[in-house]
Amino acid sequence: MNDVALHQLTIHEARERLAAGEVTAVALTEAVLDRIGATDGEVKAYLALTPEQALKQARAADERRGAGEGGPLLGVPLAIKDVLCTEGIPTTAGSRILEGFVPPYDATVVRRLREAGAVITGKTNTDEFAMGSSTENSAYFTTRNPWDLERVPGGSSGGSAAAVAAGSCLAALGSDTGGSVRQPAGLCGVVGLKPSYGRVSRYGLIAFASSLDQVGVLAKDVRDAAIMLGVIAGHDPCDGTSMDLPVPDYEVALTGDVDGVRVGVPREYFIEGIQPEVEAAVRGAVDRLAELGAEVEEVSLPHTDYALPVYYLIAPAEASANLARYDGVRYGLREGRESLEAMYRDTRGQGFGPEVKRRIMLGTYALSAGYYDAYYLKAQKVRTLIKDDFDAAFEKVDVIVGPTSPTTAFRIGEKADDPLQMYLADVFTLSMNLAGICGMSVPCGFDDQGLPIGLQVMGPAFAEGEVLRVAHAYEQESDWHERHPDL
Amino acid sequence: MKLSREEVEHIADLSKLTLSEEEITRFQGQLSAILEHFDRLQELETEDIPPTATVLPLRSVMREDDARPPLDREKVLENAPEAEDGCFRVPAVLE
Repeated sequence: MNDVALHQLTIHEARERLAAGEVTAVALTEAVLDRIGATDGEVKAYLALTPEQALKQARAADERRGAGEGGPLLGVPLAIKDVLCTEGIPTTAGSRILEGFVPPYDATVVRRLREAGAVITGKTNTDEFAMGSSTENSAYFTTRNPWDLERVPGGSSGGSAAAVAAGSCLAALGSDTGGSVRQPAGLCGVVGLKPSYGRVSRYGLIAFASSLDQVGVLAKDVRDAAIMLGVIAGHDPCDGTSMDLPVPDYEVALTGDVDGVRVGVPREYFIEGIQPEVEAAVRGAVDRLAELGAEVEEVSLPHTDYALPVYYLIAPAEASANLARYDGVRYGLREGRESLEAMYRDTRGQGFGPEVKRRIMLGTYALSAGYYDAYYLKAQKVRTLIKDDFDAAFEKVDVIVGPTSPTTAFRIGEKADDPLQMYLADVFTLSMNLAGICGMSVPCGFDDQGLPIGLQVMGPAFAEGEVLRVAHAYEQESDWHERHPDL
Repeated sequence: MKLSREEVEHIADLSKLTLSEEEITRFQGQLSAILEHFDRLQELETEDIPPTATVLPLRSVMREDDARPPLDREKVLENAPEAEDGCFRVPAVLE
């Protein structure tokens, strides 16, 4: 086991070595910083690095351990998506409009990681305001997929997914509004978990679509995702939409036993246009679960086809309101000083990139007089039908499985000029945010170009334990997660 | 749903966005194509379906009205493009 490079360790492997005194947090952090130095010039996962603070945190973690403290994240190097506020560390949301913004407070999830003694290596790249599926909408640069540097890592949490895949952190936080944790996890061959809406505090998460946003985890394996969720989950009085429910020990769920678990396979998730190798890998994973004793049956989610229009009306509508705060007054960019009105318009016109403008316009239109009923209200009604589909399916099965994404990673630039084609990359992940349920992506194969394929496991609201159990049982029977890209 | 150039300009106006001529033309085409794709929602009969604004059972969560220390004013103003006398400075609002 000692021949594994330190940067390749999982959190639970590092936990054992740190506890046994075989490695220090400082040595682990130095190894990860070295890895970043060696690979991130090509991968470009990070928008900002905090090496000095990281080493300081690592020394503090070693001291805490010396004083008898423990905990699964004490001294573990983690990366944070740049849509989460970090006190004293610039936070841009991938946008020019927030260039130079230094948050005066930590997001609750960041505070929880710090209290657990985690080491923060830096902030990872994202599509601007988390709007995108490839990181190509970042105002700064495009992150590259560690498995093929000519391809996208997925998005919007593409920086976090690429950093985990490259070994440039042990795990990372992301955010998922329509698939932004699960889709890049699938495309980068790592594990991505989107908790149920209300499971994790959104306080300090830069708002995109408030009824859909949820902080999630990118990790090297399912156990690490369970450990991370256990630290960040739970009620927060600063977030009125966080549920006051107990947080179970998610590692207890990882029994490896799926005997008798009812697994639903939605017929609507195997559509025309899905890459044949993706379908074959996902069907292979379903067969594996059946061999392990799961009871597999077909289910139907009849309104799946409407999730894309519903999502791309509701999310932009909420975004158009949330992004009204970028007005040049309190933080970030200011342009157009001749009048207040000119300041608003020019700041926003110059500070936002094309996709953000497109979505603000779409959302504003859907909410505007004369169109509200036809678009926004209609979308909210169909959202009810989509949620009802899941409620009905979960009467019959414990979890639902399908592909995370219809294709493996696409080439940089391939979809950049056609927003609708880009939106279709999220066609299998949007529904879970609309329904508020939990879902995760776990590696289930590679296509013949050597690009990773993700299996999506979905469960009812607050059934993260069940989803983790099924994903873990499958993972135990496979070795996809043990492969690493050549960098 | 095909948007006219005037409609695109009107939406940009409501959104408080200065757009270039090129952007207006591009968004007119793109937004029209997106909205056309979304017209399929009209196939569904939803007369009796209640809308979903949030999936949670929570409504108007209240807390005790306890005073807590606010963010530090100096620290907050460090992010302001322009500040003066402990306030955000903006262009004149009144003529």
